[in-house]
Amino acid sequence: MSSAEIKYIDKPHPLTGVTNAKLGIWLFLASEVMLFGALFSAYVLLRVGATSWPRGSDELNVPLATLNTIVLITSSVTMVMSWASLKLDNFGKFRRYMGMTIALSLAFLVIKTFEYTPKFSHYEVFLNDKTSVRGHLGEKHEDHILFTPDPEKDGEHAGVHPEEMRIERSDIRRLTNFGPRHSNFFALYFTLTGLHGLHIIGGIVVNTWLMFPGSAMWKTQRERFTGRVECAGLYWHFVDLVWIFLFPLLYLL
Amino acid sequence: MSGEHDHELGFWRKYVFSIDHKVIGIQYTITALLFLLFGFTLMMVMRFQLAYPGTEIPFLAKIFGEGNMPGGLMLPEFYNQLGAMHGTIMVFLGVVPLAVGGFGNYVMPLQIGAPDMAFPRLNMASYWVYFLGGVIMLGSFFLPSGAAQSGWTSYPPLSNINPGQTAWLFGMVFLITSSLLGSVNFIVTIIQLRAEGLTFFRLPFFVWAQLVTAFLLLLAFPPLEAAGVLQLMDRLAGTSFFMPSGLVVSNQVLDIAGEGNPLLWQHLFWFLAHPEVYVLILPAMGIVAEILANNTRKPLWGYRSLVYATIFLGFMSFIVWAHHMFMTGMGTTMSAFFQTTTMIISVPSVIILTAMVISLWGASIRYTVPMLFAIAFLPMFAIGGLTGLPLGLTASDIHLHDTYYVIGHFHFVVAPGTLMALFGGIYYWFPKVTGRLMNNMLGKLHFWGTLIFMNVVFMPMFLQGMHSVSRRLYDQTVYEHGKDVQDLTIASSWGAWCLGIAQIPFIINFFASIFAGKKVGSNPWDATTLEWAAPSPPPHGNFETEPVVYRGPYEYSPPEDPTGFSPQNKAPA
Amino acid sequence: MLDSLYGYWLPPDISTHGYQVDRLINVIHWFMGAIFVGWGIFFTYCLIRFRARPGHRASHQLPKAKASKWSEVCVAAFEAVLLIGFSMPVWAQIKNEFPTEEQKPLHLRIVAEQFAWNFHYPGADGEFGRTAPELMAADNLIGLDYDDPAAADDLVTNNDLRIPVDRPIICDLTSKDVIHSFWIPVMRIKQDVIPGMKIPIWFQATQTGDYQVACAQLCGNNHYNMKGDLTVYSAAEFEAWYADMAGGDDEEEEEEDE
Repeated sequence: MSSAEIKYIDKPHPLTGVTNAKLGIWLFLASEVMLFGALFSAYVLLRVGATSWPRGSDELNVPLATLNTIVLITSSVTMVMSWASLKLDNFGKFRRYMGMTIALSLAFLVIKTFEYTPKFSHYEVFLNDKTSVRGHLGEKHEDHILFTPDPEKDGEHAGVHPEEMRIERSDIRRLTNFGPRHSNFFALYFTLTGLHGLHIIGGIVVNTWLMFPGSAMWKTQRERFTGRVECAGLYWHFVDLVWIFLFPLLYLL
Repeated sequence: MSGEHDHELGFWRKYVFSIDHKVIGIQYTITALLFLLFGFTLMMVMRFQLAYPGTEIPFLAKIFGEGNMPGGLMLPEFYNQLGAMHGTIMVFLGVVPLAVGGFGNYVMPLQIGAPDMAFPRLNMASYWVYFLGGVIMLGSFFLPSGAAQSGWTSYPPLSNINPGQTAWLFGMVFLITSSLLGSVNFIVTIIQLRAEGLTFFRLPFFVWAQLVTAFLLLLAFPPLEAAGVLQLMDRLAGTSFFMPSGLVVSNQVLDIAGEGNPLLWQHLFWFLAHPEVYVLILPAMGIVAEILANNTRKPLWGYRSLVYATIFLGFMSFIVWAHHMFMTGMGTTMSAFFQTTTMIISVPSVIILTAMVISLWGASIRYTVPMLFAIAFLPMFAIGGLTGLPLGLTASDIHLHDTYYVIGHFHFVVAPGTLMALFGGIYYWFPKVTGRLMNNMLGKLHFWGTLIFMNVVFMPMFLQGMHSVSRRLYDQTVYEHGKDVQDLTIASSWGAWCLGIAQIPFIINFFASIFAGKKVGSNPWDATTLEWAAPSPPPHGNFETEPVVYRGPYEYSPPEDPTGFSPQNKAPA
Repeated sequence: MLDSLYGYWLPPDISTHGYQVDRLINVIHWFMGAIFVGWGIFFTYCLIRFRARPGHRASHQLPKAKASKWSEVCVAAFEAVLLIGFSMPVWAQIKNEFPTEEQKPLHLRIVAEQFAWNFHYPGADGEFGRTAPELMAADNLIGLDYDDPAAADDLVTNNDLRIPVDRPIICDLTSKDVIHSFWIPVMRIKQDVIPGMKIPIWFQATQTGDYQVACAQLCGNNHYNMKGDLTVYSAAEFEAWYADMAGGDDEEEEEEDE
């Protein structure tokens, strides 16, 4: 049965210098680059063709996103530490660092949820006279809606909460919350960060598996297991890197 | 030795959820052949409406339901569903899974002397993800919304507002995922698991073709996945990535944000779909190269230039996509760029075809059934390739774009081209898979029937297109020019139905030969490549002893070897 | 009358630029034919001469085929000629060399919808009335704002394009809903109509007669039936028709168009 064994599972190929898994993960990341590259191109094309484009910092929560950036970068560091611990034959430390990585990625998702939720209850009413009002939706009736506009940001009434107002349906051109359907900016924001969030979830699943059931391999095939953690790490750094691109693109520019 | 190992596996692990590349290859082959048959059947039904528009066939109402064919009369929306699904099924569920999933999976690891793919579990996953994608695509016919009906190209805004598209998009996400998993596996296997002595320039051309194909799938599919995600958002979350402002459907202004761009989809789609054309054709060229070398009994002419041409082709295929979009209002600069790249990409195709034809010179050609198919591939692919020229030049494309000429062109590449090669491959490797030959007589019947009727189906399309008949018409006789060439449509339809009949010998041959074919040894064709060094059928783990390679892939009729051929693993005297 | 015009090859050409398109198509097909026949002769000769038979052995020696390099170079050179000599100039002419106002072109707006072609003529004042999506309705398919003074003499026809012969026509193509493709086969003009974009095209007819406008891009269930009539009038006939239609009031127009 010697011929039936697949080579280079734990030892690198003498010519390519990598194991199968490592080459595989690099190829997978190449395809991921194409995926996000296509979405970034879509962003550029839509933004160039748009009549107006909001400043990300006016629309999105920059402090929360900054916090998330720190969380994610830290998780990349702990990911490296967990792999390094395996290299140093310290399985206990591996688990501790891996646990921290998973906790930080969960924290990222929780913060993301805090960022997402208010957008769905915050509305904008586009009126027939080409103006628009932002605020919170009250009762909805057949012929009109009740609407509480946001306080003004600057000017003499800054910070004062206006009264609830009545808007006739016949005056409304479009009523939408700040979800994906609001505009291409928010559509891209939700699509890009949502897809990135899915990648985070994927990473959490893989890392949790490696931390618990998958780590049984440590007892039998140390090198192979260390290789797996390294591949998971490469993936995790990539997800981190995508965020490093997303953050300025969506929140700052 | 391997037998003992196999006994430990139950029926499910051995035949259904197997991780053996050979079983997975067979699963892919059978599934893809069934999808090909199904996609072909859809077309045969469509061809009735085309040939005899408005004629009722009451029994079809029973099969497809009164909703689709009331009283046996096909509705335009059902016609469009059949059209969209014919394209989708043939490309994504039929030809590519057969050429890459089937042949690639079965033959490639054997040809490089590997015991299996690099990631056997991933391999199984990619088959089952493909299978699920297929189930979703097929199941979409039974949804209340019906199947997708916006063409296989799914141009928005039509696809954004048409029913049935959501299931198509979900199905595509599965198929794309399957292809990505598969391509990673293929590339790693070819780079890492080649047998000792098997350098890159000793690889059989088929392996090269699979390697380039895998790279195309790996890098071209993700943009379509991105486009699919954006279209799903448009349909489900109410975004307007592909919807501009002020859209009015049935005189109602749509409640959307607008400012989207319909051309964005086309760019992302064709960025995949042009390389996809080469995904369809390269494995076919690989198969033809194997069969040609084996049956001419001499080495391939210009092996290295074939390899370089293939790599160049793969690279170029990423920068020609917009030649599908010349009519979208493209200016002179962009069209000049894409016309030029399109003309450049024809050069490696010419090199490949020329090398294959010159390989016939000085040969001793055995007219076996696989060889007949391989030979027929050459002129058929030549027609397909040549008729691409007037479509690749903007000025002539003005008249021919979106006509039957286009349909004729790409069908000649894919059907009489690729499919002929794939049939040849089935006849060629069947004895490796089963240990038995397929019947020669039935094979020849199948070959001549297929060759003749494929030409009857697709040749008239060039004339129809010249004569300005648009593609995707439910009834071309509403136009005067359509009425003029309706007789061509009828001829083409009869060709299609006869082509269906011509496949019966193949189906009989395929199943009967599994049980009753003539038993042969491990190398019935006196071939040189490594797959023939393994027993037929190869056991789990493939080779009895690890093969070592001493020479190039096509050492046929070497003067120093009295047997007439030197297998790659035969130790030098 | 149409039947007699059409053969099995290209349809008749009644445009000023179309002969260049036809010439390119014909040249390419001669070129393709020559390659295929030449190549086919060599191919068939090989298949017969090098068939397996007793006493015949394949040669391991590969032929030194200089001819193949030459044939590849020739193909590439010919493609370059087609590209630079034929295709690019025609495309540049169609895209960039629009008729000037001195040639007194007729300006039209073409508004595509599922599943019809609407043709918007500016009328005697030569100015198009304002249009808006909100105004589109079953009795106002292009959403023309009748309060706009420029709209007063505008003429809108449905699936009925009438143009004068020997006078350049400039059209702005727009779509209300999905992508269509405006195609007049005999005019050798085809242009995708993309919602959100306004794409200008031009053409000039050289013959009077009745022809058809087709949709070339799948646009929904009735795509197959999205055809319009094209009537090419003599200059005098056109002026008479145009004055008659644009002069009458709107109600009348609609009825006559139906």
